[in-house]
Amino acid sequence: MMFYPFLIEVLQILIILAVAPVFAGWVKMLKCWSQGRTSPGLFQPYRDIVKLFSKDVVLAENASWIFRGTPYLVFGVVVLSGGIVPMLSVDLPLAATADVIALVALFAIARFFTALAGMDIGTAFGGMGSSREMTIASLAEPAMLMAIFTVSLASKSTSLSQMVQVVYSGQAVLRPSLAFALLAFILIALAETGRIPVDNPATHLELTMIHEAMILEYSGRHLALIEWAGMMKLFLFVMLGIAVFSPWGIAASGDLAAIPRAFLFMILKLGAVGAGLVLIETGLAKMRLFRLTEFLGSAFLLATLGMLSYFILE
Amino acid sequence: MNTNLAAQINSFLAAMILLTAFGMLVQRRMYGLIHLFAWQGLFLSVSTAVVGFVAGAHHLYISSILTLSLKVILLPYILHVLIQRLKIHKEVETIVNVPMTMLIGIALVVFSYHLTAPVRELSTLITRSTLAVALATVMLGLLMMITRKHAVTQIIGFLAMENGLFFAATSATYGMPLVVELGVALDILIAAFIFGIFFFQIHTTFDSLDIDQMARLKEED
Amino acid sequence: MPLLILLSVPLFAAIVLAFIGDRKYAPEINILGSAATFAAGISLALEVYVEGPMLAGGKFFFVDAFNVYLAVLTSFVSMTTAIFSRRYMRKERQDGHVGPIRMRFYHAMFQLFIFAMLLCLLTNNVGVLWIAMELATLSTVLLVSLYRTPSAIEAAWKYFILCGVGIALALFGTVLLYFAAEKVLGAGGEALLWTNLSQVSGKLEPTVLSLAFVFLMVGYGTKVGLVPVHNWLPDAHSEGPTPISAVLSGLLLNVALYALVRCKVLVDGSTGTHHAGDIMMGFGLLSIIVAAFSLLRQKDIKRMFAYSSIEHMGIATFAFGLGGPIATFGALLHMLVHSLTKSAIFFTVGHASQMHWTQEMDRIKGLIKGNPLVGWGLMFGVMAIVGMPPFGVFTSEFLILTATMKDAPLLTPFLLLGFGVAFAALFRRVQPMVTGPVPSYQRPLKAAHIPVMLHMALVLVIGIYMPDFLNRWFHTAVELLK
Repeated sequence: MMFYPFLIEVLQILIILAVAPVFAGWVKMLKCWSQGRTSPGLFQPYRDIVKLFSKDVVLAENASWIFRGTPYLVFGVVVLSGGIVPMLSVDLPLAATADVIALVALFAIARFFTALAGMDIGTAFGGMGSSREMTIASLAEPAMLMAIFTVSLASKSTSLSQMVQVVYSGQAVLRPSLAFALLAFILIALAETGRIPVDNPATHLELTMIHEAMILEYSGRHLALIEWAGMMKLFLFVMLGIAVFSPWGIAASGDLAAIPRAFLFMILKLGAVGAGLVLIETGLAKMRLFRLTEFLGSAFLLATLGMLSYFILE
Repeated sequence: MNTNLAAQINSFLAAMILLTAFGMLVQRRMYGLIHLFAWQGLFLSVSTAVVGFVAGAHHLYISSILTLSLKVILLPYILHVLIQRLKIHKEVETIVNVPMTMLIGIALVVFSYHLTAPVRELSTLITRSTLAVALATVMLGLLMMITRKHAVTQIIGFLAMENGLFFAATSATYGMPLVVELGVALDILIAAFIFGIFFFQIHTTFDSLDIDQMARLKEED
Repeated sequence: MPLLILLSVPLFAAIVLAFIGDRKYAPEINILGSAATFAAGISLALEVYVEGPMLAGGKFFFVDAFNVYLAVLTSFVSMTTAIFSRRYMRKERQDGHVGPIRMRFYHAMFQLFIFAMLLCLLTNNVGVLWIAMELATLSTVLLVSLYRTPSAIEAAWKYFILCGVGIALALFGTVLLYFAAEKVLGAGGEALLWTNLSQVSGKLEPTVLSLAFVFLMVGYGTKVGLVPVHNWLPDAHSEGPTPISAVLSGLLLNVALYALVRCKVLVDGSTGTHHAGDIMMGFGLLSIIVAAFSLLRQKDIKRMFAYSSIEHMGIATFAFGLGGPIATFGALLHMLVHSLTKSAIFFTVGHASQMHWTQEMDRIKGLIKGNPLVGWGLMFGVMAIVGMPPFGVFTSEFLILTATMKDAPLLTPFLLLGFGVAFAALFRRVQPMVTGPVPSYQRPLKAAHIPVMLHMALVLVIGIYMPDFLNRWFHTAVELLK
């Protein structure tokens, strides 16, 4: 069917736009419950975004085009990334054009421009946040690539839909390489999306901020777009992990009727991962900044171990 | 269970053993080290039991129980008591920083993989692929002994080496003859008592277990 | 059964002395036990001499010319050391360096150590060889730290860790050896018996055995004290009580070398190349050179002679590696005479340091005038150990040199360099110690004269006229080691 891939693609983009804030709300809700507070509700992120869109933008006088353009760029890039990661079906048209390396590159573009925007105005906190973010990125990116390569060793391809296909069709096999890659991926996801123990997303203290510090100066619709992009990035990382390491329930190629079932499975898995994320965040404390090298070094180590164990043990 | 499933479980346990070896390499806290060592011993004894079940080598059950009682229960307990008595609660200093240690560790894993290639080609056992992991565990234990500056971690590194050696015996040959394994276990037990006594001696004389203190015996120029 | 007596007497003595080791007659019991062991060793040697190699204990023990000679040597030196230890430790007790509990521990561990070494020598099972070697190490570790000074504890710790690591690597080599053996001999205890292994050594897989030999070389080589894994030796041999230094230097190094040579025979049979021998030659030569030059820098007398042990073990390893009848004969002879001479030296050194309250060579002077036995004993001992004729060491070194000139002529200068530097270094140090006036702080003591005189006499006799039975004994051993 000609329009099936097109339909899947459109569905995915809609899902990432709509469900990402709900996922962020779900995580926030669970966190509040676990800490004995009343949560602001599952759909509060929607309300926050709408509120921000209606507000005025306050720009510094020396803001350049980088500062003004970054929110749109970041938003666009993240939505584009959403079109590459298989969520509902194995068959994804854009996946043929962009593999996982392109995905990492897309995230890098977003991060690059956010870092520049942080330094653009010339505030001290912005520069600090940018430098910290780039430190984390320089360590996390190789680790992420190594983890993905470990999975691609088994599937003999770096195309995401191919990887998902191979893991989906294989039996429930105890593969040490995948186990290591999963552990590494969890650590990297925590670093890239700026969660505890790497960065506290709810902090108000500027000196402890990493990601927040870069976007301190944003307001109005710019901030709305960046916040939305942030939620979508978290959603994407979770979906990437689910798709690559536990894709069961996903619709096979060309199977239109299985889409609603795939959607249901996706929601269930998201709920479980959200709970796991809250467990990690509540259980651990934020690490000191210079321990980050060890943390990400461990992630790189685990990914390399996964690759080595593929050759040694399999 | 059939051979294939057993081989997979064994590979998985081997990966876990390697993971705990690396974990011990980067772990700073004393109690964390002991727990990781106990976990390593547990994976080792389960692996031995699995191999014994699938290969029909019943003396491996005895080895597995021996490992369990010695390395998972007795030795960690002794270490625990020693640490409490000697009031060592600090973190451990390392000579090289942690990421560098991890990189060296990875290099050692690759090296041991190449080193055991001739054995792997000749072996007909289901466990042949895990010999590289066993040698890597020995090397990582050695690395741990070299890069840490504390007497307790040196001993734990030594015991981790013994774990790797035991694992090598089961990987290469379905375990050494029982008399040898009993003898090795006895030696380890005696070594455990000796290092227990040692810690007290060191602590009494030097007031700390930092290896840096013990550097007097050198040639003077 | 002399074998049974040989092994059970030290074990029994260890248990007995653990309880009564601090009594006045404990040293005498120690001597008695060692003498009984020696007598059993002699009778076992006579059996083997007459009847040839024999298996015992259901193939668990194997006695041939090679190990029975070492067993006799071990029991002999331990007997004379026990005699020396009687006077020496009595002085140490008077000075307050050891208390009653430590005396019991010392005596018990001494006998346990003898047991472990004899077990190591006489067992047929390569795995049990390892176990006994480890037991020998463990029994002496706490003896090195007997005096509880900071340097003693440091030395014992280094000994424990470095030898532990070495022995662990040797275990890996043993596992690989078993792996190769299992293919040919089947699983189970049979595959670890040396007699079986040497028969089928041609069928064992060469690649695996080469790999195993590397690990065994590093592992047992650490125990022999080969450079570069020798760091524990100077410390351990200088910090423990002198009787322990004597048996460590004189006996344990020999036993470790024995283990190494047994493995080398298997590897040679399997690979057919001179690969293993080359490795041994390399390590041996390195040890000779490094130890000889290190002798120049020493200030502590026992440390200096510990380095001399490293050098001589290097010579023996080199000779075993070279192979061939002359070199092997020389190596066997060298093990014997070095053991006798070095322990005699340590006996005199022990008394010398007791007389001067210190082990520093700058403070030890006027030994001949102060105590002629100690002075002349040290003088002759050093003359012997540097290879001066007519002592036995000259014979063995000459044989090894001849073999080197024949088989590996390019290496002869290195050997000569090592011999020469050691000669100069030792004489330079010993000369001021034995000659000159007696310093004021020297105190007289009753030295143990029997051990020193006996050892030196034996070394002299062997040097001047090698007894026929010894000659034939060595030739039989050389045949076995082809």
